Amino acid sequence: MQQAADPTTRSAPTGTPDGAPLLAVRGLEISYGARPVVHGVDLEVRRGERVAIVGQSGSGKSTLVAALLDLLPGAGRVTAGEVRLDGELLTGDGGARVRAARGRRIGLVPQDPATNLNPTMRIGEQVADALRADGVRGPALRRRVTELLAEAGIPDPERRARQYPHEFSGGMRQRVLIARALAREPELLVADEPTSALDVTVQRRILDHLQTLVEARGTALLLVTHDLGVAADRADRVVVMLEGRVVEQGAPEQVLRDPQHEYTRRLVAAAPGLSVRRRPAAAADRPAEEPAASAHAGRPAARGDDVVVVEELVKEFHVRGSRERVRAVDGVSFTVARGTTTALVGESGSGKTTVSRILLGLERATSGVALVEGTDLASCTRAERRVARRRVQPVFQDPYGSLDPTHTVERLVDEPLRVLRIGDAAARRRRVAELLDQVALPRDVLHRRPGELSGGQRQRVAIARALAPEPSVLLCDEAVSALDVLVQEQVLDLLGDLQRDLGVSCLFITHDLAVVRQIADNVVVLRRGRLEESGGVDDVFLAPRADYTRELLGAIPGAAVLS
Amino acid sequence: MVRLLLARLGQSVVTLLIASVVIFVGVRLLPGDPALAMAGEEATPERVAAIRAELGLDDSLLVQYLHFLGQVLSGDLGESTRTGTPVTTLLGSTLPVTLWLSLYAIVVAVVVGIALGVVAERFRGRWPEWLANAAALTSLSVPNFWLGMLAILWLCIGLGLFPASGYVELGQDPLAWALHLTLPALVLGTGLAAVIMRQTRASMIEAMGSDYVRTARATGLPKGRVLLRYGLRNSLVVVVTIAGLQLGGLISGAVVTEQIFALPGFGKLTLDAVFTRDYPVIQAVVLVTTLGYVLVNLAVDVLYTVVNPRIRVGGRSS
Repeated sequence: MQQAADPTTRSAPTGTPDGAPLLAVRGLEISYGARPVVHGVDLEVRRGERVAIVGQSGSGKSTLVAALLDLLPGAGRVTAGEVRLDGELLTGDGGARVRAARGRRIGLVPQDPATNLNPTMRIGEQVADALRADGVRGPALRRRVTELLAEAGIPDPERRARQYPHEFSGGMRQRVLIARALAREPELLVADEPTSALDVTVQRRILDHLQTLVEARGTALLLVTHDLGVAADRADRVVVMLEGRVVEQGAPEQVLRDPQHEYTRRLVAAAPGLSVRRRPAAAADRPAEEPAASAHAGRPAARGDDVVVVEELVKEFHVRGSRERVRAVDGVSFTVARGTTTALVGESGSGKTTVSRILLGLERATSGVALVEGTDLASCTRAERRVARRRVQPVFQDPYGSLDPTHTVERLVDEPLRVLRIGDAAARRRRVAELLDQVALPRDVLHRRPGELSGGQRQRVAIARALAPEPSVLLCDEAVSALDVLVQEQVLDLLGDLQRDLGVSCLFITHDLAVVRQIADNVVVLRRGRLEESGGVDDVFLAPRADYTRELLGAIPGAAVLS
Repeated sequence: MVRLLLARLGQSVVTLLIASVVIFVGVRLLPGDPALAMAGEEATPERVAAIRAELGLDDSLLVQYLHFLGQVLSGDLGESTRTGTPVTTLLGSTLPVTLWLSLYAIVVAVVVGIALGVVAERFRGRWPEWLANAAALTSLSVPNFWLGMLAILWLCIGLGLFPASGYVELGQDPLAWALHLTLPALVLGTGLAAVIMRQTRASMIEAMGSDYVRTARATGLPKGRVLLRYGLRNSLVVVVTIAGLQLGGLISGAVVTEQIFALPGFGKLTLDAVFTRDYPVIQAVVLVTTLGYVLVNLAVDVLYTVVNPRIRVGGRSS
């Protein structure tokens, strides 16, 4: 799989107006300490061109970009190769030439808007800092800051320039970072996963805006992303990286429709937004007369047998320091039929996590009904709750955060059994082994700790742990959002298999509509605590009724390229 | 912001009230009898009883406390049972010495501590960092009184740079005032400087490794600007908190330092009062110390909202 000189690497489309590339990377090798991570990468970006680098985490794409600006962290350093900007050598020279080019000739839009602005400095000042580096002073400085913020799409820029980052939403912060990166009018803008931390509709607006700004200025764009869809939508050329090497590059349509390298093929196949692939044995594929059998719940499933019933659910929160109340969930109703998967979709602030916390009994509803197997976890007696807790089990987004790093896998999976006093020691040991088989983890992980596992393996442990008390419902809260697309596909397949084999129902909470298509039978779309639309997955995807649903669907990256 | 301050002020008043009770009861639990101390070893029981009655020591504790509280609130701290001097007069002459000493020490500690902390971060893994770390560890380990004696021995007696003891009023001769206070302030401030240095270094390392510093560098900002406005400015949030917690130690350190340099300050007044069971003076001294503590904490809270804008605007989001 690691072909150094890959024969399938296509040459970029020719026909440059001015010959020499703006950015030319030749044979770049980068190591962290003694460990090489980027192996002889060649890369070119022409003036005004938009190039996307695609790869999963660990592919070396962010390292490559950091090296361009001499911002490699810790022990990272360039060991061979060269970087030229407009023919001028940037590498070597103790980094002096790169430092002179930073901001002025190469701008950087960083990944996470939450951490990339100085929290103790006003927004306007941070943009002004970039301009001051070019000697802009006085009233001209203030005028230009306001201009830049307005161009970046920040309303009321004069007032907002005096605010601090914590008073800005994630999308607005990213706009500030874009304004700042463009302030010195660089020839090349490097955007490192600029929208990965944002909601999908915000992502689309920001990328649209970025594209407009870059085109108006004729700035070249080097976009780094893990999302093949985003790359396809936004770039003139897509460069695919794997394990520190460029394995394929070409025009987006070419790479997506006719991927040459095996890895690219897998990436295209797995990208949820790009394929309309349905998992094979989904409950919806069964004839409607035969609802999923509920194997281990031990009762015959009747039509209309709903495991989860939510009716007119309302949850209000007090705002600290005022008498105001905020409705996080505002009259939401939906059901999850036994043996099926319902997806709860919404962006941040939609109330989807609050609904799940109420179902888990971690939060009490202000009014309305939230039943799991007919029991309301918040209002039932202690004895009932002990039984009811077994019936709904959560799988959370970050398997590293939700698994105690000091426990072994065996202890982690055994814990719910022990706490709920299910079986004796020998029975529990057998059950743990069985659970590991069910989530397709080898037995030898038993004595390892979460830190020694990969992200996908950790999520499998979290699923095994959730399955341990034989729940009727798995509550997956963004359970695959933190995983790379290939791993994400495997975990989704696993959830599908488990549903087929065990008949377990699933409430799948996600912001990612593309994943929903792959896994869910029914969809519930939430926005600001209210139900926008609900229905069968095909109905909602093919004939959305709510404008908001259409907006969400339209924002899925990559869909346009193939349609 | 104003509301936050008012709330903190209210808390401070409650703290002071509780402190006054603790002080009042605590002083009376001390072994020894002030009447006996005043009357002398040879006094007759009648004489002692007369003094007790005169001082109001025969009343119930509650009555004595309310009496004490009423006096304090009207600005009357009583008279020294030993010399008969009004306690307010005693405080008036000694408090400025201690305040100047503490302020000088804080300035020294903050300037030296932050500067060394920044240097240590800038030159990580090289000799300036080793040196700064060694200096911090040394000044944390060496007790004040020992450092003070060494300083007197070398700098005052050996080199004759500073006066070894005593105090001159600021209004009388500003230069002599500064010379008399410099060495005590340095000695008193070293411990705090060490704490601030270590905290600054740790916070700077974190801040300089942050995303916003990386982005500032990518924007091509000058090094100094990145170091101070992006690195140090954000480190101060933590440094102010930690330093604020340490300021209390400064007050007790002042007692020892004043003793070594024979400064006629608050510390000396405290020691003398304790040795002679001078209730009114002890009460006043402890009360004023508590007040100092509360005020310092209030100042730290205010400073904290200044260095941390997230508190200032109450976490309001767009």
